[in-house]
Amino acid sequence: MRTRFQQGLDQLRTRLLRMGGMAEQAVDRACQAYIDRDLNRCHMVLEGESKINEAEREIDELAFDLLAMQQPMAVDLRFILAVTKINSDLERVGDQAVNIAERVMDLVELPKADLPVDIARMAAAASAMVRRSLESFIEGKAELAQAVLEMDNVVDRMRDDAFINLVKTMNERPQVTRQALDSLLVARNLERVADHATNIAEDVIFWVRGADVRHNAPQENPSQEVTPRVPGI
Amino acid sequence: MGVGIKVEHLDAWFGKVQALHDISMDIPANHATAIIGPSGCGKSTFVRCLNRMHETIPDARAAGKVRIGDLDIYNGTAAVQVRRRIGMVFQKPNPFPTMSIYDNVAAGLKLNGFHDRKRLAEIVEHSLKLSALWDEVKDSLKKKSGASLSGGQQQRLCIARALAVEPEVLLMDEPCSALDPISTGKIEELIFQLKENFTIVIVTHNMQQASRVAEFTGFFLLGKLIEFDRTEKIFTTPSDKRTEDYITGRFG
Repeated sequence: MRTRFQQGLDQLRTRLLRMGGMAEQAVDRACQAYIDRDLNRCHMVLEGESKINEAEREIDELAFDLLAMQQPMAVDLRFILAVTKINSDLERVGDQAVNIAERVMDLVELPKADLPVDIARMAAAASAMVRRSLESFIEGKAELAQAVLEMDNVVDRMRDDAFINLVKTMNERPQVTRQALDSLLVARNLERVADHATNIAEDVIFWVRGADVRHNAPQENPSQEVTPRVPGI
Repeated sequence: MGVGIKVEHLDAWFGKVQALHDISMDIPANHATAIIGPSGCGKSTFVRCLNRMHETIPDARAAGKVRIGDLDIYNGTAAVQVRRRIGMVFQKPNPFPTMSIYDNVAAGLKLNGFHDRKRLAEIVEHSLKLSALWDEVKDSLKKKSGASLSGGQQQRLCIARALAVEPEVLLMDEPCSALDPISTGKIEELIFQLKENFTIVIVTHNMQQASRVAEFTGFFLLGKLIEFDRTEKIFTTPSDKRTEDYITGRFG
């Protein structure tokens, strides 16, 4: 048993989950800031970004060390590759939260407008996707990840509806164009969050099953599902 | 050119102890195939069955079918004829210590009654070039003994000696385990080039080496072939949990 290597994998997993928690919290805070027009929460998101960026660097560094020093193979190699990709997606989730917070900061300066878009519902769906993709990582279960992939269409439809309704609003009520545009950008940011959650789920499937399901890739000889053996799973 | 090796239901024993159990595999021509597995799993016994060296050990025997190209090696073929077509390189370089570099390479041919000196010189040069040793020894071919070379050079000399008799298959039993990384790199590069003309079967404990040099890999455990597939499949998404446990260092 390679104890030091196993400790390294365990550390990688713990750090990624901590980062996942930070990214998830950033999206929740930004969406709550939108709903409550809360500048304080916006600042919290902006301040949190550097911690997420720092976590991304640390995780990449640890993954790089493990690749160079331990020459992992099979499920361990897939795990480390998946972690580096999930790491990048989580950092981008953090960026989307910052973008939302910046839109909210703009909106707060403007008169409140009643807009035909349910950002709260869309935020709940995108957040749930991030949360469930991270759960699939924690559990090492491809079927949980598969369920996340199927949720992506729902968020895409919400974004499409938001686009149609908000463009219509801009035409009918030009005085709220700026608010509608900000909300449209928030909807787009949330749709991107959902895309990153989808990527995370795909990476979990790659780790667990060794199957590349990105872009509806055809499956050639998908290996049998193996039990991931990272401590705590 | 190399030829394929077809192994069917091969069993091997040391006295009453069965070392190989019902091994069947098709080793493709002109590729390198790595045999991996923990100590005592039957890797070396397996390759020694491919050139009938296993039976040279007292009480050792093998049963089953092994075809090297069109040659059925366990069905009436003389062992000497088999070994002429299948060269072997061992873990520890074993040049003939009292012979010159030249004579080491020429030994196999001379033993087979080959005495055309001009042709012999051509074959020695060609073999030393194939084993990437020529440039290092061409000025002292008949002056220096094989034993005077470094470990890595000795191993390449042994490869040249094996190649001189123009085999179709080259068996290598942990050929780099006694070598430093630079010599190992040279042998690995050599394996890569030799594949064009020979079929190579390499036993190795070094999984990175297997993944670097071999297109196909077989994993042995307790005398059984657990999995045999393309190397990238074995090292990224093995089908059998025992293979995965071994290559990820969870046992063995």
